[in-house]
Amino acid sequence: MSAPFLYALVGMGLFSLGLYGLIVYAHLLRKILALNVMGSGIFLVLVALAKRTGEAPPDAVPHAMVITGIVVAVSATALALTLMLKLTAETGRAELPNEGKE
Amino acid sequence: MNWNRWLLLPLLLALTAGLSYAVLSLPDHAPGLQEMVAVKMEVSGVSHPVTAVLLNFRGYDTLLEMVVLLLALLGVWSLGGTALRREAPPGLVLDTLARVLVPLLILVAAYLLWVGAHAPGGAFQAGAVLGASGVLLLLAGWCPRVGLMAWPLRLLLVAGPATFVVMAALLYMFEGQLLEFPPAQAGMLILILETAATVSIGVTLAALFLGGRPQSDKEHT
Amino acid sequence: MEVVFTEFPWGIILILLPLMAGMICFLWPRMAQVLGLVTTFSITLSVAGLAWQMLDTGVYRHAVGGWGAPLGIDLYADGLSLLMLATTALVGFAISVYSAAYFEREDATRFWPLWLFLLAALNALFLSSDIFNIYVTFELMGLAAVALVALAGGRDALGGAMRYLLTALLGSLAYLLGVALLYHGFGTVDIALLAERVDASPVVWAALGLMGAGLLLKTAVFPLHFWLPPAHASAPAPVSALLSALVVKASFYILLRLWLEVFEPLVGSEGVYTLLGLLGAMAVLWGSVQALRQTRLKLLIAYSTVAQIGYLFLAFPLAAAAGVTAWSAAAYLALSHALAKAAMFLAAGNLVRFGGHDRIADLDRVVQRLPLTASAFALAGVSIMGLPPSGGFIGKWLMLEAALAQGRWDLVAVMIVGGLLAAGYIFKVLGYAFTQADVVHESKTVPTSMEWAALLLALGAVLLGFLAVPVLSLVGIGDPFGISEVRP
Repeated sequence: MSAPFLYALVGMGLFSLGLYGLIVYAHLLRKILALNVMGSGIFLVLVALAKRTGEAPPDAVPHAMVITGIVVAVSATALALTLMLKLTAETGRAELPNEGKE
Repeated sequence: MNWNRWLLLPLLLALTAGLSYAVLSLPDHAPGLQEMVAVKMEVSGVSHPVTAVLLNFRGYDTLLEMVVLLLALLGVWSLGGTALRREAPPGLVLDTLARVLVPLLILVAAYLLWVGAHAPGGAFQAGAVLGASGVLLLLAGWCPRVGLMAWPLRLLLVAGPATFVVMAALLYMFEGQLLEFPPAQAGMLILILETAATVSIGVTLAALFLGGRPQSDKEHT
Repeated sequence: MEVVFTEFPWGIILILLPLMAGMICFLWPRMAQVLGLVTTFSITLSVAGLAWQMLDTGVYRHAVGGWGAPLGIDLYADGLSLLMLATTALVGFAISVYSAAYFEREDATRFWPLWLFLLAALNALFLSSDIFNIYVTFELMGLAAVALVALAGGRDALGGAMRYLLTALLGSLAYLLGVALLYHGFGTVDIALLAERVDASPVVWAALGLMGAGLLLKTAVFPLHFWLPPAHASAPAPVSALLSALVVKASFYILLRLWLEVFEPLVGSEGVYTLLGLLGAMAVLWGSVQALRQTRLKLLIAYSTVAQIGYLFLAFPLAAAAGVTAWSAAAYLALSHALAKAAMFLAAGNLVRFGGHDRIADLDRVVQRLPLTASAFALAGVSIMGLPPSGGFIGKWLMLEAALAQGRWDLVAVMIVGGLLAAGYIFKVLGYAFTQADVVHESKTVPTSMEWAALLLALGAVLLGFLAVPVLSLVGIGDPFGISEVRP
């Protein structure tokens, strides 16, 4: 298994780990971090598989997609964190009201 | 919640296994769009493939993502609440470090912006460094008295996406296609776009770190 | 003059104008309301212009940057996109008129930039032919929607907004991973090119699973609907209308588009159709039952949305044999629901403004005191129940026709039971609206524009009952449902 595929599998693993964390943990900060881990996993998959070009330089389009993705992830995380702070100020606990999901 | 976890684990393992199988089934060698990018890069106005894709070939995505960044700030401001302010003065180390590092960071940002045309770098990297210098300043105790400056601050925030939208419209009117850069001026136009974007990104990131809307002098207790 | 209309870049205006207007509203808060109204009105005109253009020249395709796919991003509009754009423009304009009266000064300066950016995101999404570009528009839409929900402040709105944000981000990430797999599998992210290149391989199955799951989560299909009632019910009334009518339809549109173009031709398996049909049926039944049990009006309307979305997915099992009828039915239902649900939420907003609460049991002789609002709710209810004449009736009729023709008695039963349950919760509300409550509440006046906005939307939903032929022929531009498609 060549290097690109190894990194891509790590990316998939991060995605699943993040998903687990998002579902299982009740604390909002952990959920937000879990989402970030998932995002990093996806970016790793994008960038790793772009290296399958052999001798030529890697494919630049996935790299640009990852830059876009990072900016979007930062924006979403900022909004999520602020929302979490406001919710904590309102309810005293950094958790989703009404006993989480479902 | 324990039984939930034991149910979840095998499901996620199955998911990971399935996805890994899909990834491994991909061919070992796949150039993707690399060749097309290399060929068209000459008329794109820059000589680094990632910058060419980001600012020229897929510039529309970049336009939208700049609006996403601005929108995040809008959302944070509309949630209300006051900006977090440090009460104690910064220690000596932080103070000196800030004084030394911030001008350096600004220089590095300017360099990254310039070098993005032919090496790794560009608007987002430069904007991130600029944002970091803003965060450092805020951590070192800078209380921006921006109430009086609200209008200029908003202008800086909007500069990046607004330049993009205006340029997109102008290029449509002159060239017939949205965001179609004429090859001769492409390099310069992209540099203008990137400069406006760098400033906006840096200021937006620092403002996001600040949290709520900065207070004016009148509201300081 | 004719030339001007067909040559004008209506599609580009639909995206750039709200972006520019949103930024100007941000810079110049005092002009926000006027600018917002002018912009949404212009968007309505632009969609009309685009429709005229498309009737003349067929599908609209624009290569941004002049590069063309796969290197660049393409804008593309066919009949289905046009239908969604028109829905967005009309409902958006009505909600804007309502919001002009609803929001006070401070809230208004926050509302308008967020709403205009949401509008830009919706337009950009319906016009895009590039799956990565669609991801960015989803994020733009999601952040704007969450910020709008949180405008109401307070524990419920913040909690609803947080849950909405987390699920929206999860859905987007699942979708993005699918995009990554498709790109690395086939070297492009353009929908038209993918449709040509895609073959039945594990990568495509994985992408279908991921993107499908993400989009189902964003469309709030049972059992992934848990985030919708808290978010839609606790948001300010115009925001609830926007979310239920427009935002939820966007992810359904993408699901439909990807299914028809990229996945269906090779996957087309019984399993997927059956699964989606089953989820749709459970959504209809579960959502309607939950709606009946609610004591708060906005929660009732939110659960009604969950149920109505289920109807859209009943089209999937029917489409295997009767494609055009089933998909046209789904499109018509989406359009009617947008109008009717927006009218309902706006009417609910009027009631909350009037009485200060939204408890159904305490709706005190609303019919006498707010006749316009009550009529709006009743007319919207007609469409939701599927009674003639209304858009809802046309949609359900088409779907029943397809189901009967294929002998799908189970789906027929679900639709009939769903209609009965809908009648149940609608009449429950109307019943309380006619009678006097035990405790009389102090009432505040409701601005006329707010009442008329709700009523006109409801009338639109009913009017759709008479416009089936022209609307469906408009939807057919560019043949989005692929009846006569030949794969190269």
